[in-house]
Amino acid sequence: MNLQIVMLLGQDGVTNGAIYALLALSILLVFTVTRILLIPQGEFVSFAALTMAAMQSGTPVRMGWLLVALALAAVALDLYDAARGKGRWRPRGAALAMLAYAAAVTALTGLVPLDKAGVAVQALLTVALVVPLGPLLYRVFYQPIAAAHSLVLLIVSIAVHVVLVGAGLLMFGPEGARTEPFSEEGLSIGMVTLNSQTLWVVAVSLLLIVLLYAFFERTLYGKALRAAAVNRLGAELVGISPEIAGKASFGLAALIGGLSGILIAPITTIYFDSGFIISLKGFVGAIIGGMASYPVAALGALFIGQAESFSTFWASSYKEVIVFTLILPVLLWRSLSHKGAEDEE
Amino acid sequence: MSPHGHQAPLLEVRDLCVSYGKIQALTDASLRVGDGQIVTVIGPNGAGKTTLLSAIMGVLPSRGRIAFAGAEASSPTIKSMIGRGVSLVPESRALFGSMSVEDNLRLGGFRFHPRPRRAQDAALEEMYALFPRLKERRAQVAATLSGGERQMLALARALMTRPKLLMLDEPSLGLAPLIVREVFRIIADLRRQGVSILLIEQNARAALRVADYAYVLELGKIVMEGPAAELANDPRVVAAYLGIAGKHQEMLAT
Repeated sequence: MNLQIVMLLGQDGVTNGAIYALLALSILLVFTVTRILLIPQGEFVSFAALTMAAMQSGTPVRMGWLLVALALAAVALDLYDAARGKGRWRPRGAALAMLAYAAAVTALTGLVPLDKAGVAVQALLTVALVVPLGPLLYRVFYQPIAAAHSLVLLIVSIAVHVVLVGAGLLMFGPEGARTEPFSEEGLSIGMVTLNSQTLWVVAVSLLLIVLLYAFFERTLYGKALRAAAVNRLGAELVGISPEIAGKASFGLAALIGGLSGILIAPITTIYFDSGFIISLKGFVGAIIGGMASYPVAALGALFIGQAESFSTFWASSYKEVIVFTLILPVLLWRSLSHKGAEDEE
Repeated sequence: MSPHGHQAPLLEVRDLCVSYGKIQALTDASLRVGDGQIVTVIGPNGAGKTTLLSAIMGVLPSRGRIAFAGAEASSPTIKSMIGRGVSLVPESRALFGSMSVEDNLRLGGFRFHPRPRRAQDAALEEMYALFPRLKERRAQVAATLSGGERQMLALARALMTRPKLLMLDEPSLGLAPLIVREVFRIIADLRRQGVSILLIEQNARAALRVADYAYVLELGKIVMEGPAAELANDPRVVAAYLGIAGKHQEMLAT
């Protein structure tokens, strides 16, 4: 192994690590606000990548139909709640607005030829299609059982993941897809050439992390979301709605997952079920952070990226084994040394 | 002194029942809080005092009638009660421990957000004027405050919601005697500013001294009620809640 190979593997590790870090932050955010382990996080990634690929290849984009179906379910649930006397006898504005939005983007992606549009337009539309999936999933599957035991929430999460993978197969088919890179140029530093997609991934990840930091530290809405994670009763008592907090955290998770999908689509071939294993590595990062610390989770995810990259070189068939075995010493050390947030409930 | 004055009371609770599964925690509780009054509910541990406040606030489901400011408010939700102008300081204080004092207060005004920065700052300054201690600690993380300061912060955060009725669950719990006196001084101050208060206390002596009207809750039922000054002299209340020390103090006073 020479320096060039080390640099190449390192570059690969940084690219993957940055994506895992984003997913780790997202899983952590959703967990602290709602106590839900977002197993379907990976579907945001794969759906975004495949939607983008479908746009570029000129095949029909079917993602909108999933939104329409979920929005219809949300409207039906509002009516059901009203029938049980828990609300007014008409669907709430939010659900109807979501239905109208879903119908609009579905029509837009169905009628406009998108393969001629630029990468930026395609990426923007992909985000517009994936982000509403977050709040909709929360409304339909989690909000009715928000007070349930975290184990129940976990089981529902697994079920939602399985259903979404099935929906993914229906929408995108069994073939994998890869998108065109955002730009062709690389950057040469001495003997090493930095891949342009690596630069894109790192730049967008950093930007997103800075934006998230600013949102949570500088705006009252961000602080309200943090407050909902710190003390649920306290948050409710000052008028922070747990439903809105839940939807907002799922929306952010979908945004982060969607952007991650768009970023890695030119690097890796993504299949309808590829998201799970990607987000699982983010999850390992989140566990290294004790499901509580954002910086440690991000660092843990970066470390996972490197470990994965170098084990590809030394023992490629054991790649996943090595990555997931890394979690064992961390868990042992954490359970022996101190209590994390996972003991709270 | 009449508990309710001439107009309709601010809060009227009628035959409120709460059960945890098969256990009836609150049975047919009825009470009223007049506008601008301090009303206290005293009673032993486990009598259902916290349950009563939680049910009024909509934290717990209940059966029975609740009316606020003359309007029907039965089967309340937390959101609906905050909207009507009711604020609860729970026994746990429910602060945002990892956030600064100032962030806690600003989030207290969250229901008015977004509103002009100037209005937010004015509300904040008002609280700092009322609780100078909090101003000194504005940048400190809430979890590192002393017990008394935490209670002040909980009170101030609740006031940031601009309540007409402030419900306090054991505000003196776990506080040093000097701080308890300070808390009760603030409660009396707040009433002077027009905030009605429903106060739940185990420290019956202090509660009866500051309140206009009082109820005694035992085993989930209201067993006695009357003007606070009368209840404070009622032999049954003295025996059960004011105890030997109460007699001792009365003797000293005479």
